[in-house]
Amino acid sequence: MLDNTQVERLEAEAVNSARIRQPLYAPRKKVFPKRASGSFRRFKWLVMAITLGIYYLTPWLRWDRGPFAPDQAVLIDLANRRFYFFFIEIWPQEFYYVAGLLVMAGVGLFLVTSTVGRAWCGYTCPQTVWVDLFLVVERAIEGDRNARMKLDAGPWTARKLVLRLSKHTIWLVIAAATGGAWIFYFADAPTLIGEVFTGTAAPVAYITIAVLTATTYTFGGLMREQVCTYMCPWPRIQAAMLDENSLTVTYNDWRGEPRSRHAKKAQAAGQPVGDCVDCNACVAVCPMGIDIRDGQQLECITCALCIDACDGVMDKLGKERGLISYATLSDYNVNMAVATAGGSCSVNPSLVRTDGGAFSDKLAHFHIRKIFRPRTFIYMGAWSAIGLALVYSLLTRDRLEVNVLHDRNPQFVTLSDGSIRNGYTVKLLNMIPEPRTIIVTMQGLQGAEMNVVGVDLPADRSFAIAVEPDRLKTLKVFVRQPADQVGSATQTFKFRVEDKASFETDEYTATFNAPEIAR
Amino acid sequence: MSNEHIDEVSGVPTTGHEWDGIKELNNPLPRWWVWTFYITIVWAIGYTIAYPAWPMLNSATKGVLGYSSRNDVKNELAAAELAKAEYAAAVQSKTVSEIAGDDALREFAVAAGSAAFKVNCVQCHASGAQGSKGFPNLNDDDWLWGGSAEQIQQTITHGIRFASDPDTRLAEMPAFGEIITPDQIVQASAYVASLSGPVQDAKLVEPGAQVFAENCAACHGDNAKGNKELGAPDLTDAIWLYGSGETAIAAQIRAPRHGVMPAWVERLGETRVKELAVYIHSLGGGE
Repeated sequence: MLDNTQVERLEAEAVNSARIRQPLYAPRKKVFPKRASGSFRRFKWLVMAITLGIYYLTPWLRWDRGPFAPDQAVLIDLANRRFYFFFIEIWPQEFYYVAGLLVMAGVGLFLVTSTVGRAWCGYTCPQTVWVDLFLVVERAIEGDRNARMKLDAGPWTARKLVLRLSKHTIWLVIAAATGGAWIFYFADAPTLIGEVFTGTAAPVAYITIAVLTATTYTFGGLMREQVCTYMCPWPRIQAAMLDENSLTVTYNDWRGEPRSRHAKKAQAAGQPVGDCVDCNACVAVCPMGIDIRDGQQLECITCALCIDACDGVMDKLGKERGLISYATLSDYNVNMAVATAGGSCSVNPSLVRTDGGAFSDKLAHFHIRKIFRPRTFIYMGAWSAIGLALVYSLLTRDRLEVNVLHDRNPQFVTLSDGSIRNGYTVKLLNMIPEPRTIIVTMQGLQGAEMNVVGVDLPADRSFAIAVEPDRLKTLKVFVRQPADQVGSATQTFKFRVEDKASFETDEYTATFNAPEIAR
Repeated sequence: MSNEHIDEVSGVPTTGHEWDGIKELNNPLPRWWVWTFYITIVWAIGYTIAYPAWPMLNSATKGVLGYSSRNDVKNELAAAELAKAEYAAAVQSKTVSEIAGDDALREFAVAAGSAAFKVNCVQCHASGAQGSKGFPNLNDDDWLWGGSAEQIQQTITHGIRFASDPDTRLAEMPAFGEIITPDQIVQASAYVASLSGPVQDAKLVEPGAQVFAENCAACHGDNAKGNKELGAPDLTDAIWLYGSGETAIAAQIRAPRHGVMPAWVERLGETRVKELAVYIHSLGGGE
């Protein structure tokens, strides 16, 4: 028997004991972004107008393709498996063009990120654009930041109810218009809009509208910055895409610190005073609810509204703009070294300025040269190479094709006169929206002639076949070679197709099988 | 170890676990995430009530919506039958030639016939209808009983030498081994082989022709072109059901083999037989 002092004591504790259990969830802290004004805000309005315009208006553009194809400029015709993009028509087997575009989009994202950081997030991401749009509505109805915070904290009065109801109604209308615009990419827009409003459109149209309305309303109106912070992978990936020469929205603490709300008093007391007056304007405008002065962080989408806000304050104070600015990490490090005398002291604003108050010439400033570095050249090269390859392939692609399937079972049939017959399924692809007459000709295979099932003509080596516009025509072809002409057990010959009008041709090399003993 | 592990960088408590110096932060979840989690649980419970889910002793709960994937299949099959009904009715009312002459109807019949062929016919005629020794190739242009769509239909309907069908195609070549001498058999087979190719001993051909005229021409015709009324094969062509060459021909004269094909109409019905006839006629050898 051991006594209780001899039992080995393990260093362990219950992870889930009530004493150390954390709260299961944290309620979302609401963000009330203040309206910003300045050059970046104006640029963002412009980008918003362009991107929303592209999204809502594209399906309504017309493009004449003649009587045998739809006249919608951009149309994804799932029912007929065709994709129309202005002068380009893509068949399903040409989907690699879309894959190529996606690869270009990926490499393009790398290129943009390595030069100007998360510009995609800050300006053109649909989440950003729609949240911006929803915030416009919110501000118009409930007022700017302070009014909204007051309203949110206040009791549920009739006024609050009316404001909230109208805000959510308008949000839902925008969301429905967003979901509604999506379906027009998949069918003739003018026809479909009539069907949608008369209740005669396909169920999938209504389901699509409902789903996209729900996601737009939820993501744009309710979840907002949480989509970027919790759901989106890009903030995680971008850390690997940035380097020390990428432009990011940066709080330049080398001139801002030590921040002070009472600069004059501090100066009088002989303390160093930076340019930051701790007015929190940058925090108030941030749609992500962060403080850029904490440094680069995952949540920052680099929308640059804090730059606008801070520049406004600096203008009022008569100081230089750019306390918050687009800067690269390498420039920032140089400037920090100046401000801290090589890291030997904390930031001292007097070190970055000359006696006259102007900035020291030791400070580094962004130069456009920094965009051109090996990394961006590689991205640019890859991006252009794929683009050029796609364009080349698009310009030289076939619009008339022939595919041949040789009957494998049986490979050949001996006929009563001893001749050998092989069967083929010949597929003619007329990939333009015009009816064509295609001449199908056999080349090679001595003495052989063919019959086309359904064509009541004597055996011949050439047939003219009418093919409908933008369609595939499948022919069953029997090729027959007299016994005394059969060369070997496996002979090759060509099916050649030709459009006499456009001189387009295509060939397919097929095999002709015969039994060994027939020779 | 203290109860609380606070991460120095973030100031967030950790879970207390440590793997090679890596600790996991114990951040609370966002509220919407937690609610989504609870909603999925509620949804799952509702789902198991609405749909078949809980296993019982003999079966599972049926679910209040009464959904069953078996019913879905049944409905889909019924819908498919309904969609085919128009064509099936047309196949029933029209003759095989009329069906073969109508593009849409022929396409339907060929598809249906092809499926029926794979179930019922491939055992003898092989999957590509190319047959084998003793079982005719249906792709070629040589037909014992006639290769028009109607004649093919007749053959499938009543079979060949199928005893229980009174209308079956019937022909019996006598075993000449008991009627003529072995020499005569050799001569006759040399003559027959000479009709479609060279023979080893040309001297046998002339007496063989004599034997042929006396014994064989009655069924196979004076010119040996055969007779489809009697199922007598054309002996001048390149197609040999039981093998070409003098030896194989002699064996067939001495003690002929006779293939039997069942009558299919009772098992498959008239419509299916018509579809099969159209399909076989479409294989390229039909007359």
